[in-house]
Amino acid sequence: MAFKSYVLVCGGTACQSSKSEEIYKNFIAELEAAGIKDEVQVVKTGCFGLCEKGPIAKVLPDESFYVKLTPSDTKEIVSEHLVKGRPVKKLLYQGEETKKLAKIEEIGFYQKQFRIVLRNCGVINPEDINEYIARDGYAALEKVLFQMTPEQVIEQLKISGLRGRGGAGFPTWLKWNFTKEVNDFPKYIVCNADEGDPGAYMDRSTLEGDPHSILEAMTIAGKTIGSNKGYIYIRAEYPLAIHRLEVAIQQARELGLLGKDILGSGFDFDIEIRLGAGAFVCGEETALLTSIEGERGMPKPRPPFPAVKGLWQKPTVINNVETWASIPVIILKGGAWFANIGTEKSKGTKVFALTGKIKNSGLVEVPMGTTLREIIYDIGGGIINDKKFKAVQTGGPSGGVITADYLDTPIDYENLQKLGSIMGSGGMIVMDEDDCMVDIAKFYLGFTVDESCGKCAPCRVGGRQLLDYLEKISKGKGTREDIAKMKQIGNAMKRASLCGLGQTAPNPVLSTITYFEKEYLAHIDDKICPAGKCKALITYSILPEKCIGCGLCARRCPVNCITGEKRQPHVIDQSACIKCGECYSVCKFGAVARK
Amino acid sequence: MTTVTEPVKLTDGLQQFIAEWKDRPGNLIMILHKVQEEYGYIPRQVAIQLSKELDVPLAKIYGVITFYHFFKLRKPGKNKISVCMGTACYLKGGEDLLHELETLLGTGVNSTTDDGIFSIEAVRCVGCCGLAPVLMVNSEVYGKVKKDQLADILAKHRES
Ligand SMILES: Cc1cc2nc3c(=O)[nH]c(=O)nc-3n(C[C@H](O)[C@H](O)[C@H](O)COP(=O)(O)O)c2cc1C
Ligand code: SF4
Ligand code: SF4
Ligand code: SF4
Ligand code: FES
Ligand code: FES
Repeated sequence: MAFKSYVLVCGGTACQSSKSEEIYKNFIAELEAAGIKDEVQVVKTGCFGLCEKGPIAKVLPDESFYVKLTPSDTKEIVSEHLVKGRPVKKLLYQGEETKKLAKIEEIGFYQKQFRIVLRNCGVINPEDINEYIARDGYAALEKVLFQMTPEQVIEQLKISGLRGRGGAGFPTWLKWNFTKEVNDFPKYIVCNADEGDPGAYMDRSTLEGDPHSILEAMTIAGKTIGSNKGYIYIRAEYPLAIHRLEVAIQQARELGLLGKDILGSGFDFDIEIRLGAGAFVCGEETALLTSIEGERGMPKPRPPFPAVKGLWQKPTVINNVETWASIPVIILKGGAWFANIGTEKSKGTKVFALTGKIKNSGLVEVPMGTTLREIIYDIGGGIINDKKFKAVQTGGPSGGVITADYLDTPIDYENLQKLGSIMGSGGMIVMDEDDCMVDIAKFYLGFTVDESCGKCAPCRVGGRQLLDYLEKISKGKGTREDIAKMKQIGNAMKRASLCGLGQTAPNPVLSTITYFEKEYLAHIDDKICPAGKCKALITYSILPEKCIGCGLCARRCPVNCITGEKRQPHVIDQSACIKCGECYSVCKFGAVARK
Repeated sequence: MTTVTEPVKLTDGLQQFIAEWKDRPGNLIMILHKVQEEYGYIPRQVAIQLSKELDVPLAKIYGVITFYHFFKLRKPGKNKISVCMGTACYLKGGEDLLHELETLLGTGVNSTTDDGIFSIEAVRCVGCCGLAPVLMVNSEVYGKVKKDQLADILAKHRES
């Protein structure tokens, strides 16, 4: 090691939003002031995954894990830890155990994780290609260029059992092989970085933390199937990831790892970035390709599949970011190594964005076959405020909810599907007793109705009808027949919609009906929302025996509908109340009731 | 509608970008991104000019603009507030933030205050779900936002 210690400062989007850039600069300045800038290297890395506790910095070699830093904390860390060798206890991550944990491997959040895709995130400086190379970066490309035939590459992918991480779980080797076999040139390689599931950010973090792994993998695919041109289609909402990709592409070109005659092999490959423009349906592969062509991103019927007729009607391999990031490792360590991880039909690891009512919200990568319980309780630390777990949603707007009864299910493609959800791209949203399942279904349906491209009637009309029923039920105006009708419409949409959006849009509704029919019936029969979420079904009232007349609620009510004399019980004018819940949350005396 | 359409002079940055992209296939969306970066939205005059320079029918340009949520036809406020309505933020009260902002600014979502200083929009996940609920003012991200911080956030940007 050239340096005595390293300080890794998180430069992911979430940590940057809370001043990690300033923290990074302060570390450099403080080290200089302390006269040890030649002994300690400061590195700005990608996301560590524990964004909720950000900004984060890790000190090597002793692996001290600092969280929730402020720019002024750097002084103490430098003078105490880096100069005197005494970690600053009060700034270290604090586990449930309420003891300050010095080392990263002691932290429950990381213990059950296994990092393949995120291998370099939070470890290297993503804007320096040499750091990637120092961790075996581009070694897989070298192997593919000089030691392996295309058939051998595909064979290793086949042995690995890698399946697409974008949602559908299609075997990657098969897709590559189809494209390779077609005798029609040019061919194209596409990276799907549209990450449409709202509430998921696996791909963003991977691109920000390790952009070269994607470039390397795409080049490997180019060589394997006979393509010289790749496109990365990325959401315009991810400016930092776009920037890091641009830097990475430039650096790779400078070192002869992209462009003409890569590493003197005679093989040419280059990559261009194309921006998405905020249409969820463009995550669907045929729509995405249409969007790269500069058109309205409407899906097309398949077949023909992109492998045969893709971008500009030419054979195209399109894979998700996470799929790409797994590939260099498979090439280097061998398909058999990868196939050792996971379950019988789902190999390797999966990255999930664990969010919602969970203590350690963050990005987790686990071997396939890990149970939901392990993710939610061992890694995620359980539910915020120790409330009751209600459901976990996977697969975003295309997925469904899974209840407490099924928490011990090992995660793989088939198991999640059996439960009425899907693996999806990796969104995992934890819900507690305060979340209403009718409201959640309505939220997702509202999203898919907004995002439907309108090309086919089952999705355009069916989605709207489902949403209307949900709105009716959430207002207490639903009937029992509505549930039967929703099932009917949902099943018809699944069968008849043209693309995956419409085919999966009913999932959030159907799965909540399956597991939470009682809750639907409470809205319908009893006109109550047990979770207290559906505004039309709740009333706020002040309990005279508890109200001390402090007047706080009256001052905070946005529509001034609370009145009362000082120190006298207050009352709410129900006709004016907009049910914002402000009074309920501000009253310190528990005098506002919600029913 | 009959409006006289005098050719507008495009910004230098845009002209350069068009020159660079003109002959590349599938360039329209990339050029529209550049237009929005330069002007904050897609002004009609610029769209007309693009139609001429790229030799693409205006109807097609508008077809593309209206298909994609990211492209705006109206000029946003000086400060653009984007409230995240992704799932993680929704569960943690993103909607309440949106309503509070509407109340504080006296204007609705997808509109601009009369003085042109702020506009509010609801966006999908901005990829910081660990910090939910999240909002952005221009490119600055605010995480774990509480309703009572909103007034300060507005004040900060109103002055700058
Ligand atoms: C409505 C819809 C949205 C999708 N969004 C994404 C997405 O955001 N990211 C992604 O990688 N795949 C998405 N997909 C899946 C792609 O169509 C395609 O299966 C994937 O890019 C293939 O890559 P893989 O085999 O590596 O998973 C979406 C599919 C549908 C139907
Ligand atoms: S299913 Fe929906 S999104 Fe897909 S093509 Fe039909 S209308 Fe468009
Ligand atoms: S805040 Fe509570 S105690 Fe105070 S006036 Fe309102 S209801 Fe009564
Ligand atoms: S719920 Fe909101 S509107 Fe109704 S009384 Fe309470 S503070 Fe006022
Ligand atoms: S962005 Fe810093 S930990 Fe995720
Ligand atoms: S859901 Fe709001 S940042 Fe992801």
